[in-house]
Amino acid sequence: MVEMSGAKAFVKALEREGVETLFGVTGGAVLPITDELYHSDIRFVMARHEQGASHMADGYARASGRVGACIATSGPGATNLVTGIATANIDSVPLVAFTGQVPTGMIGTDAFQEVDIIGISASATKYNVQVRRPSEIPLAVKSAFYVSYTGRQGAVLVDLPKDCQVESEEIVFPDEVAFRGYNVNLEPDSREMDWAATLLSKARRPVIMAGGGVIAAGASEELMRLADMMVAPVTTTLMGKGTISSDHPLFAGLCGMHGTGEANMLVTEADVLLVVGARMSDRTTARLEDFGPEAKVIHIDIDRSEVDKNVETVTRVIGDAKLALQGILGRLEGMALNRTTNGVWLKKLEEFRKAYAPPELPSNPHLRAPEVMRALRRSLPRDALATTEVGQCQMWAALYFDAYAPRTFFSSGGLGTMGWGFPAAIGAKAARPDVPVVDIAGDGSFGMTENNLATCVEEDLPVIVVVLNNRMLGMVAQWQRLFYGRRYKVVQLGNSPNFVKLAEAYGAVGVRPETIEEFERAVKEAVDSNLTTVIDVPIDPEENVFPMVPPGRGLRDILVEA
Amino acid sequence: MSQISTIAFLVENRPGVLFKVSNLFRRRGYNIESISVGAIEDSGLARMTVTVDADRRALNQIVEQLSKMVEVVKVKRLDPNRTTMREMLLVKLNTSDPMAREETLRHVNAFHGLILDIEPDNLIAEVTGEPDAIDDFIEKVRPIGIEELSRTGVTALEKGRLKL
Repeated sequence: MVEMSGAKAFVKALEREGVETLFGVTGGAVLPITDELYHSDIRFVMARHEQGASHMADGYARASGRVGACIATSGPGATNLVTGIATANIDSVPLVAFTGQVPTGMIGTDAFQEVDIIGISASATKYNVQVRRPSEIPLAVKSAFYVSYTGRQGAVLVDLPKDCQVESEEIVFPDEVAFRGYNVNLEPDSREMDWAATLLSKARRPVIMAGGGVIAAGASEELMRLADMMVAPVTTTLMGKGTISSDHPLFAGLCGMHGTGEANMLVTEADVLLVVGARMSDRTTARLEDFGPEAKVIHIDIDRSEVDKNVETVTRVIGDAKLALQGILGRLEGMALNRTTNGVWLKKLEEFRKAYAPPELPSNPHLRAPEVMRALRRSLPRDALATTEVGQCQMWAALYFDAYAPRTFFSSGGLGTMGWGFPAAIGAKAARPDVPVVDIAGDGSFGMTENNLATCVEEDLPVIVVVLNNRMLGMVAQWQRLFYGRRYKVVQLGNSPNFVKLAEAYGAVGVRPETIEEFERAVKEAVDSNLTTVIDVPIDPEENVFPMVPPGRGLRDILVEA
Repeated sequence: MSQISTIAFLVENRPGVLFKVSNLFRRRGYNIESISVGAIEDSGLARMTVTVDADRRALNQIVEQLSKMVEVVKVKRLDPNRTTMREMLLVKLNTSDPMAREETLRHVNAFHGLILDIEPDNLIAEVTGEPDAIDDFIEKVRPIGIEELSRTGVTALEKGRLKL
């Protein structure tokens, strides 16, 4: 036991958790902590807006597999973090957010820069807590990292009143957390695995759907082994992209509203659907009655509350996906698999792929987005990391930009946060400075957090931003085009800003290629120079993302053109 | 099919936990029919009893979502056949008419209730029983003239060896 200030205890607690990088914006209510960080080796990556800091921590977590940490001052600093907290939480990303708070004696008085961040963040976090004394800080920090990282990962917020940072108390650093109600049960039930294996062994038309939980559990290898053993096509959710390499012969692509024809049709015709670490959200299932209508659904998930939430399952395996898949693999090895129709079933994959391929449009004066995505992939090394913004650019990336390994492709799946991709790319770069990181953006999304260019340049975290620039809020425009009689309202962005000049204003490189060759050259130069580069790619404002399942329709109702 | 169910659970007895529980119900769109809370001596825990109007699937979700809360230690759906349930009612009735006072006493006695306060124009009665019995009692005394009433919400314990 030793007496020290809460701020010092806080920084020591972070160091004990192995925190190397903290993303944030300082301010009045975190000044004591900021001062302690002056003496620490922890890297403080300074964002220019707290939302950026929260997404950076998120990107850092997704790329590294470790907890991402961010900090902001009280009041507006805290509220600005909320979008990032909610984004990470719904995508089950381990993120810990620290907020300054007015001194305990002033809480509830509507003091300057006071907000009730515990109340505000309650439904967007896995857990949150306000510290009431300096001596509570070490346990609060340890608990935050523990809860965030274990079980189904998620966001945790710790609120730190300023007096608790300033005052000194006897401090103990605990080795264990103490929760009576938080049990992490990773071990799947043996009988549940028996049932799942039996069902799988009888499948004639099996499909595996892999979600983000496979990546979180590090279970890609087991998933591939199972797919190979069963000769089962694998579709992924947006969060699961990368669990199986895009060039694997069993890979059927994304399933859902913007799923591939082959993935959506295979799910529609499957007799057994094994869903691993996925929530089966509305964007993945489309109309529920048409989601795997012939399939017995087996659900592997670490979160019991996800089972039967949206889709009724026949059997479930609750626990860690890696352990569950290992258990099922072990059981299947001793069973006779129903392989009689596998050849026919696999041929279907090819048939559907051909039947539902969107017609390739010729390049007009504009470049075509799918073409740009393929060229981007060609120009990047295989181990490059990609984040996406949200909207058309996100779906083009999901459909046409191949991912070869887990933790190489990142997107805001659940919340769909425009402006997420760029700061997340910066966080990913902080975690993986050894590989190029590219943000696949649209002009609308990039505009929402473009001020983070300053962080890229000043903190030497070079990121490549590919702006698919259609001068539109493209996805909303697509819906207005397809479902609202082309009545464009508040989607046209005009000609501002000039992204090349914007990049240059921040000290980054800006280029505007006019052809695919120029684009590929620009990407390669950005990779080679390792400089933050904004590549402004003009695309056709009229271009739609296809395939698409219209809202309210089933997975089989696939549109491949307007 | 939707029906009234009772869920009992133990939570860490700390500031803000009641807020988080009610916030969960609000956020997920579950309707609380009644809620009662009390600390359990020397344990640092509080016991909450919630009755909800929900179908089977929603009820499962409520139990699972509650179980997930870090501050919730234990959750259980109570089997109505193996559970003792009680709710307390305080009701103030207008008894300025002597006949009304007479009638009130009759109903209170029939429900094994108590008279807690008698004023010239009104009285306060206490009745304890299962929620349905409380509903019955209220219907019986309604014609007399209810000035004000307050119900505690359901509290419940399982019978025999069963426990939370």
